[in-house]
Amino acid sequence: MIELKRDRLHFSFPEVHKQAKLTVELQRTLRIPDDDRTYPLPPGLGNFPLCHVDDHASNVPQGWRRRGGVMMPMYQSEALWINFKANFVSARGHGYPFAIKIATGKVCAVTGEGWQNELSLHQQDYVVAPTQPWLDGYCVEKNLIRQFVAMPLGAGYSAEEQITGEAEHGGIQIIAYPMLGEEFEKRFPFSKTKSRMQHDVGLNKLCLADVADMEMGLAPGGKMRQEIAEDKFGFGAWDHNHSSRCFIHMTNSLVWQSVTGKRPPQPSPTAKTYSQHGLPWFDYYSESPALNGSKKLSQLKTVHQVGIEMGQKPLPENETAVPINVNVIAPQASKYQVREGEY
Amino acid sequence: MSNFGNFVRQKREKLRESDRAYSVRQLAQRIEVEPSFLSKVERGLEPPPSEAKIVLLAKELGEDPDALLAMAGKISNDLVKIICRRPALFAELIRELKSMPKHAVLRLVREVRDGDW
Repeated sequence: MIELKRDRLHFSFPEVHKQAKLTVELQRTLRIPDDDRTYPLPPGLGNFPLCHVDDHASNVPQGWRRRGGVMMPMYQSEALWINFKANFVSARGHGYPFAIKIATGKVCAVTGEGWQNELSLHQQDYVVAPTQPWLDGYCVEKNLIRQFVAMPLGAGYSAEEQITGEAEHGGIQIIAYPMLGEEFEKRFPFSKTKSRMQHDVGLNKLCLADVADMEMGLAPGGKMRQEIAEDKFGFGAWDHNHSSRCFIHMTNSLVWQSVTGKRPPQPSPTAKTYSQHGLPWFDYYSESPALNGSKKLSQLKTVHQVGIEMGQKPLPENETAVPINVNVIAPQASKYQVREGEY
Repeated sequence: MSNFGNFVRQKREKLRESDRAYSVRQLAQRIEVEPSFLSKVERGLEPPPSEAKIVLLAKELGEDPDALLAMAGKISNDLVKIICRRPALFAELIRELKSMPKHAVLRLVREVRDGDW
């Protein structure tokens, strides 16, 4: 079951385990320059607003009504990252694990393959929460991703259009599989001593606090250091009989206002401006082995590259940024640990 | 003796053990009915009073007004209005809920609809 509460998607599987809960947030962020330099992780600037497609059924394309799900606004060339919060079970010292498949335009962000509801046995096509606290883009190389950047669907930039040659789906697709209930009980037995250890909440990044034209797709942008962790639990740990999925439709921010009557968030600052003010970037190093990048995804052209080929300038600001204030986040940090900064 | 009357009497007498203000006379005065009427209601000799009096009685006894109204075979006016706005929908909903366990009813929320994609 998926509920929408305060712009967050809450997945829960009470039929599998009472603790099997996962929250997914779509975070606004600044777009890192698409200049082939490698950048650290940008901040979270708050959640994108989300609403049920059914609430605006008379104002959205018929295809959206058929697919159901939720919708969100994005400005052209705005970036996002996806935050995964597995329910932390303090008495067991671990978050309830989930295998999560993420696709954009029904193209898997981990493998570049077309959408399948099922998890793949042969090639890991999912991320594992809480091991993987977030996903900022397409897995193009080991420890490197290309940032998710919004572009109008049909303009030729999106990963979907580059791989399939079609601009049919757009948006983001998510399906979550919980760990088998008995597997969770076995792997993470009740233990008072584990309470309050290794809390994944401590890994959150900084949160500073006409129909054809309305659809947006995600395209690969600038390069960023990020590992996609290998599944350390194994394929058999997941409850393949229970899953919930959601289609997140993306609309142009201006169209969003006319459809919903609500103002979209202000555009994010540029990476250069953000860095010049000394605001924090992040690096996250996990001890988990990382997946190799997808060959298919590594062959995608970035928004900047496609723009050059088309003789367009799709990115209004693409100046190189120099992140100075880079904060290292360690996965073993407890929620209650005081972080030491630079001074 | 009716369930409603029996319940009210038992609840009132329990409260009276520690507070004399819960005599039939005093309680009747507070909800503005005759003591003899309240006594007859408790013994099942009179049908339950009006919705307004039951709500007052529930407050005095520390009970949930909807629960006491239901015991009296009544539904509060605000609920009747809500149901009457979309009677078929709510009738279907309530019938669907009738065999659901309590925890499932409490978890009744709006799901994000998954469609065909």
